[in-house]
Amino acid sequence: MKRRTMSRGDSIMPRVVFGETLVELGDMIPELVVLDADVGASTQTALFRDAFPNRFYQMGIAEANMVGVAAGLSTQGLIPFVSTFAIFLSKRAGDQVRNTIALPKANVKLNGAYGGLPTGKAGASHSAIEDVAIMRAIPGMPIIIPADPVETRLATIAAMKIPGPVYLRTVRCPVPVIFSENEIFEFGKAKTIHDGKDAVVISTGMMTPKALLAAENLKKQGLSVKVIHMGTVKPLDKAAVSAAAREFGHIVTVENHSVIGGLGEAVCSAVAEEYPCRVTRLGFQDLFLESGDNEPLFTKYGMNTENIEMTLKKIIMEKKG
Amino acid sequence: MDNKLISELESLAVDLRYLILKTTHNAGVGHTGGSLSMVEILSCLYFHIMNIDPDDPAKEERDRFILSKGHTTPGYYSALARRGYFPESELKTFDQMGSRLQAHPDMNKCPGVDYSSGSLGQGLSIGIGMALGGQAAGRHFNTFVLMGDGESQEGQVWEAAMYAGAHNVKNIIAIVDYNKVQLAAKTADTLDLEPLDQKWKAFNWSVLQCDGNSMEKVLKTLLQAVDMSRKGPVVLLAHTTKGKGVSFMEDTFEWHGKAPNKEELKQALTELGCLDREEL
Repeated sequence: MKRRTMSRGDSIMPRVVFGETLVELGDMIPELVVLDADVGASTQTALFRDAFPNRFYQMGIAEANMVGVAAGLSTQGLIPFVSTFAIFLSKRAGDQVRNTIALPKANVKLNGAYGGLPTGKAGASHSAIEDVAIMRAIPGMPIIIPADPVETRLATIAAMKIPGPVYLRTVRCPVPVIFSENEIFEFGKAKTIHDGKDAVVISTGMMTPKALLAAENLKKQGLSVKVIHMGTVKPLDKAAVSAAAREFGHIVTVENHSVIGGLGEAVCSAVAEEYPCRVTRLGFQDLFLESGDNEPLFTKYGMNTENIEMTLKKIIMEKKG
Repeated sequence: MDNKLISELESLAVDLRYLILKTTHNAGVGHTGGSLSMVEILSCLYFHIMNIDPDDPAKEERDRFILSKGHTTPGYYSALARRGYFPESELKTFDQMGSRLQAHPDMNKCPGVDYSSGSLGQGLSIGIGMALGGQAAGRHFNTFVLMGDGESQEGQVWEAAMYAGAHNVKNIIAIVDYNKVQLAAKTADTLDLEPLDQKWKAFNWSVLQCDGNSMEKVLKTLLQAVDMSRKGPVVLLAHTTKGKGVSFMEDTFEWHGKAPNKEELKQALTELGCLDREEL
């Protein structure tokens, strides 16, 4: 398969890029096998199935068994990439992920597709708004949440190289490309993608392009905002968080996840221990989401680009008195 | 059957029961009942059937064993120690801080443990993955998964059974230590499994049954299971007695997760005919 070109301004579904990257990796890594629980047509692991039918395991709608079988496959030197909706991987098979994958340090990669709000109008039962909280709490489970299609590709490749389990969180809806194709993914490192001196926002996943857009809009109004993308939510780049705390004294976090247990809370913990400062967390509050179109829902929950802008603007105004 | 082999294995079973009782007594904790019920199964597997080498625990083509009923480590560790994976004296460290012999088996700590376990219902899936992975890698080995009957109430067991049956996974042998007693009551009074053989058959498994505490019958049936597993998944329903070998522990849930005190140990060892053995 020819690798897709991804340019700034394009909007591409990360799930498609994930599927295409698995095919790309399949050629290079013969040990890679993919397991699916009947959602591969949605999560795009079907691309791998078509390219490598003998290395694709259709497990049926049985996530717990899928995770266990992946663990067994890993004992034979294979590198299984387990993929299903994030909600089912983290919750339905949460015990299996903890005790069969993380505790024995199995070399199994987990793709939580359909992270957060954009679930194709499936509503509350399918919106994984606490998967990051669950995975964060599992000892030794790294979490990567790519910002855009380019980083989704790089993170999928990186996950294969990191020994042991990795949780990769991807989304369903199209996401604008913000990185160039020459971008480098560094595991565990935050990335400043827009410089500024008036305020700082730390974001992850598909909210990073929104945060970037907010910063660009504010720049036009003469306000200078620093945007830090936290591609690796665990281990968190504490040095970057601490530096932001020292420089700005007030951090805004934005994530496509509950404010409980996700990036925002990770940042709060880090600053509380290293350099206490105010943190304003944008994310889903303690509630279940409803079904509907993505952008109106992001607006309803106070998480669109305008909400980010307004939050930052308010902080800057307060600071300037 | 080879009478000499049977009597050797039977004598070994007494050794294992001795080690189990000493281990739980020393630790003051441990799952004694379910460890004693599976002794004949472990004796046959670890001392006759399985292709393993304690000097090379990671040998690629070795047979694999998963203790899905992971809480019965006193029985498992006793078999591993007796087979030579680590010194029998190490059983004294069972369940203590810093020990390789964790309360539940840890593959990264204890030599000979092919996969970590503890949360019930997960072992069969792992075993199926091992069997499939071995097949994909062109390796030839058997995978044995030992489960409890109470454990069979977990839904994942049936997800795994369904998958292996539907895909006719080979070289996987599930063994149910069917002692009919679980933590707080008899299995039939908790959530009855019967008809258990028909359940497995309905999932396209070959089902074998035997008296799981008769060494001769366990050995014969396990060998038959290995043979049959070349064609598809096989389950052995081994009808056992919880606490087997110690009269006051037999067939009672009170000894599911309890260790014998000094007096109880003395009585148990008397019954086993090994009171005269050296202190562990």
